Amino acid sequence: MGDYIVLIISCIFVNNILLAQFLGNCPFFGTSKKMETAVGMAMAVIFVLVMAGAITWMIYNYLLVPLELTYLRTIAFILVIASLVQFVEMFLKKSIPALYAGLGIFLPLITTNCAVFGACVINIDKEYSFLQALVASFSYAAGFGLALILFAGLRERILLARVPSPLQDTSIALVTAGIVSLSFYAFKGMV
Amino acid sequence: MAKSITQEFVKGLWEEVPPFRLVLGLCPVLGVTTKMQFGIGMGLATTFVLVFANILVSLLRKVIPAKVRIACFIIIIATFVTLVELLMQAYAYRLFLDLGLFIPLIVVNCIVLGRAEAFAFKNGLLPSIADGLGIGIGFTLSLAALGGLREILGAGTLTVWGAPLFEGPLFNIANYFPGFQPFEFMVQAPGAFVCLGIMLCFMNMVGNK
Repeated sequence: MGDYIVLIISCIFVNNILLAQFLGNCPFFGTSKKMETAVGMAMAVIFVLVMAGAITWMIYNYLLVPLELTYLRTIAFILVIASLVQFVEMFLKKSIPALYAGLGIFLPLITTNCAVFGACVINIDKEYSFLQALVASFSYAAGFGLALILFAGLRERILLARVPSPLQDTSIALVTAGIVSLSFYAFKGMV
Repeated sequence: MAKSITQEFVKGLWEEVPPFRLVLGLCPVLGVTTKMQFGIGMGLATTFVLVFANILVSLLRKVIPAKVRIACFIIIIATFVTLVELLMQAYAYRLFLDLGLFIPLIVVNCIVLGRAEAFAFKNGLLPSIADGLGIGIGFTLSLAALGGLREILGAGTLTVWGAPLFEGPLFNIANYFPGFQPFEFMVQAPGAFVCLGIMLCFMNMVGNK
């Protein structure tokens, strides 16, 4: 049990997927201008990443390893993620329209979110067991959501500040992300 | 055809240089630029995928149905990424280990998919090659610049290739400024964001004049 707590803390804070591992930065800067979009993206990532983590783990260990096709990992994973996103989109549209409306445009964007793909590859590289992979996927996604929502809050405040013209928009966002990353850096010695 | 092939090539170097102008594909930009050589290696690997994916997409653009084009692009890109992975394992194993996760991640790099969708799917073979090369080289130069800046400030060195020919750093700032203390923050994670932000700021200053 203690192992899992360490795993959760390390995935959410110490090895935060956005700020320490630099995965999923495009949606991080793309969707953090408004709080609403940030929350939508965070939810969509949690939803898809947990499912993708479980499915890619099974495909790798029960299909690619026995058939000695591990070099096809990249192609297999990206296909699984792309079709999973499509499937989730259709499923939600039919059965939970409210959630679909909330996640809306963020679902298709997740296909090219490197946080999802990256987390699946990390699960395999670290040779996690199925349960560990599941917990790690959820924690990575939660860490992604946490960082994204915190950052969106900061960015809304920056809109009110007077920023020198060359620094505006992405430039100041990057510097701010650096400071947020610095604050997550404080967790480094914890695990 | 509004632009000549040379123009398609040159626009990737300044006008549309990927990480700065388009703010796409940030993950490798931030992740691998702790040393100049990692930046160059990553840039070259991406260029390879970019050029070949552009070629194939451009050749197949009349065959690929518009409705499933994204899926087709992803398969084409994933194939070339696997190719790069295997080639690097065979010929540049050390670099492959250094770049680690970021090589398979080229598959989800928005620059590659973006060029396939925005350019190669609508243009002929030669302009697509020029576009891929231009954007790829622009990307490589930006990565090298960012990697070089971070390495000089963060470690006081400038390493260009860990191959036996240049074992050890090529340039050591301590030889010129004896009292130099490495600004370690720059090679750590937070420094990546700050450094890129400041570089973007300078590019805006130069570009707006």
